[in-house]
Amino acid sequence: MAAVSGLVWRPLRQVSGLLKRRFHRTAPAALQVTVRDAINQGMDEELERDEKVFLLGEEVAQYDGAYKVSRGLWKKYGDKRIIDTPISEMGFAGIAVGAAMAGLRPICEFMTFNFSMQAIDQVINSAAKTYYMSGGLQSVPIVFRGPNGASAGVAAQHSQCFAAWYGHCPGLKVVSPWNSEDAKGLIKSAIRDNNPVVVLENELMYGVPFEFPSEAQSKDFLVPIGKAKIERQGTHITVVSHSRPVGHCLEAAAVLSKEGVECEVINMRTIRPMDMETIEASVMKTNHLVTVEGGWPQFGVGAEICARIMEGPAFNFLDAPAVRVTGADVPMPYAKILEDNSIPQVKDIIFAIKKTLNI
Amino acid sequence: MAVAIGAVRVWRQSRILGQAALLLLRRPGAQGLTISHPHRQQEQQFSSLDDKPQFPGASAEFIDKLEFIQPNVISGIPIYRVMDRQGQIINPSEDPHLPKEKVLKFYKSMTLLNTMDRILYESQRQGRISFYMTNYGEEGTHVGSAAALDNTDLVFGQYREAAVGAAYAAKRANANRVVICYFGEGAASEGDAHAGFNFAATLECPIIFFCRNNGYAISTPTSEQYRGDGIAARGPGYGILSIRVDGNDVFAVYNATKEARRRAVAENQPFLIEAMTYRIGHHSTSDDSSAYRSVDEVNYWDKQDHPISRLRHYLLSRGWWDEEQEKAWRKQSRKKVMEAFEQAERKPKPNPNLLFSDVYQEMPSQLRKQQESLARHLQTYGEHYPLEHFDK
Repeated sequence: MAAVSGLVWRPLRQVSGLLKRRFHRTAPAALQVTVRDAINQGMDEELERDEKVFLLGEEVAQYDGAYKVSRGLWKKYGDKRIIDTPISEMGFAGIAVGAAMAGLRPICEFMTFNFSMQAIDQVINSAAKTYYMSGGLQSVPIVFRGPNGASAGVAAQHSQCFAAWYGHCPGLKVVSPWNSEDAKGLIKSAIRDNNPVVVLENELMYGVPFEFPSEAQSKDFLVPIGKAKIERQGTHITVVSHSRPVGHCLEAAAVLSKEGVECEVINMRTIRPMDMETIEASVMKTNHLVTVEGGWPQFGVGAEICARIMEGPAFNFLDAPAVRVTGADVPMPYAKILEDNSIPQVKDIIFAIKKTLNI
Repeated sequence: MAVAIGAVRVWRQSRILGQAALLLLRRPGAQGLTISHPHRQQEQQFSSLDDKPQFPGASAEFIDKLEFIQPNVISGIPIYRVMDRQGQIINPSEDPHLPKEKVLKFYKSMTLLNTMDRILYESQRQGRISFYMTNYGEEGTHVGSAAALDNTDLVFGQYREAAVGAAYAAKRANANRVVICYFGEGAASEGDAHAGFNFAATLECPIIFFCRNNGYAISTPTSEQYRGDGIAARGPGYGILSIRVDGNDVFAVYNATKEARRRAVAENQPFLIEAMTYRIGHHSTSDDSSAYRSVDEVNYWDKQDHPISRLRHYLLSRGWWDEEQEKAWRKQSRKKVMEAFEQAERKPKPNPNLLFSDVYQEMPSQLRKQQESLARHLQTYGEHYPLEHFDK
């Protein structure tokens, strides 16, 4: 107890019972931060830290961002650091790549990743491949970020998940945060990384608040790219997921826990390079695997995980074939009842887990 | 005839109005996007008594006559030149008066390039290299423009918008550099050329867009590539200062690029130079252009309007060059190219472990494992591989 000193940030209130008598003092409510604010904080801190960092995209400046993720940044940093562009993804992605080649560190925002298809030549051919093609001479320290995957009622052309598309390409790093801690730590790591990084956010998660641990409040808090996180320990089955479905997996795990099934839920955090060590270690412990993703099944993230499990040591520990839970193999329908049933729901995850465990 | 003249008049009128508008838009003291101004758009002086247009989207007068602007393809943007086809200076005030050594450097660069083209084209036919594209007929555009740049300027051979991004970065850094982006009249049809032009203008970047209009995009002639007045006519549509030059006149190319460079850096704005020229050779070693154009057409350009010939006439008329030097230089340049080629052929190939590096700045573990696996494999079975051709 005497170790508490003036250097400790946490208020003395937390150990008040022993040291001082204080009335009507409760421990401070844990800090709640939405995913949107976490990304905003991360960008703000990196803009402040390095003047070569700048943000460009549609509506990012005066409008505060189409989803308000860049709120307040233009007011603070001005026209030189927060730039509104004409409506040409191909155009501003190319400009961002050129700026990165010439020594700046751009954050290129796509209003959604569906529009990144307009610019995909710039992302893959100009950004991802250039370091290799130049024999290590020309780096492209760029971040492409924006909301990815299904939203609500925006139909087929605005609901696609690009994790598998970008995860396919050597030269790119691809991250997919779930909660606020992921979002802040990964955007900061992405901005500091000298390789091109794709940050796949999720529009439906922007407004969701999460408890923000004290480490995450530091300006140097980073979540390492390429490292998954075990969100929930378990012994009976490994459930691997990324982005919003991680929350659904935790809900499914809570339901199954009451039935005596303990799920180990892994939040991938990074799509490429994939943290297979964590997944393999978990499968070797639980002997069962279910993957959960919002994207389409063919050539998807789950397909890659299953293939790699087969190629590695964990295969011999499987007691049953791995099962993938994915989005339905159709363009996202517009009718609400169809859309709801086209993305993995908690009941689908529970069903897949029970099927794998044969219960 | 009357239609054409009428069209020119209308076009010129709107061009003058457009230029006046451009001057109005460029407020003194505005450093592009760096001014802090509460309103992004120009201020409107609202006065209900005046019947002037108030639209934010254009600065122009009203007109009460229905008239479509005629695209001017019969009498297009004039072509700036300094020398005639016989290498004689037309307007002495446009002569750059370059010193002898510099003009000789132009000539030697163009002819060395020509020699290298011949040798490398042949070597592809012999199977010694896999692919080649020649520069026949376009040597003036390359050498004239490159000579007008500084050593620190950035050159993009393609990637139009990346060039604009680099120019934006150069402006941010106050680097006193220009970015020049070369492309053909075919590539100008790409959507990203539109984006590049528009962004260069709106972001006010120090960039020169240099279009080599050589008449063909592989087999597609310009008559099928566009219906407007070439590429130079597109520049003003984006608010970009534009010029069309005789690409086979190395002094015209030099003068235009030099002035564009000076102003692009001083004023932070883009320039568009369309260099008219002719592709004498095939598009590449995979092409046989006799399939889509006549030998007579090619011969005309080779014999009557070649950038190297025109500069040679200029040099001869000044007594700076003669047949003896021509013979000697031909021999010397050929020897230079052959020696460099043979030296390159003798060089060993890069070490196989470089297959795995530079995908990312740091090598990921899967690639490192593969690299180590290859190294082990070569340790055991190396004798079955032609390792002597590779760097140790």
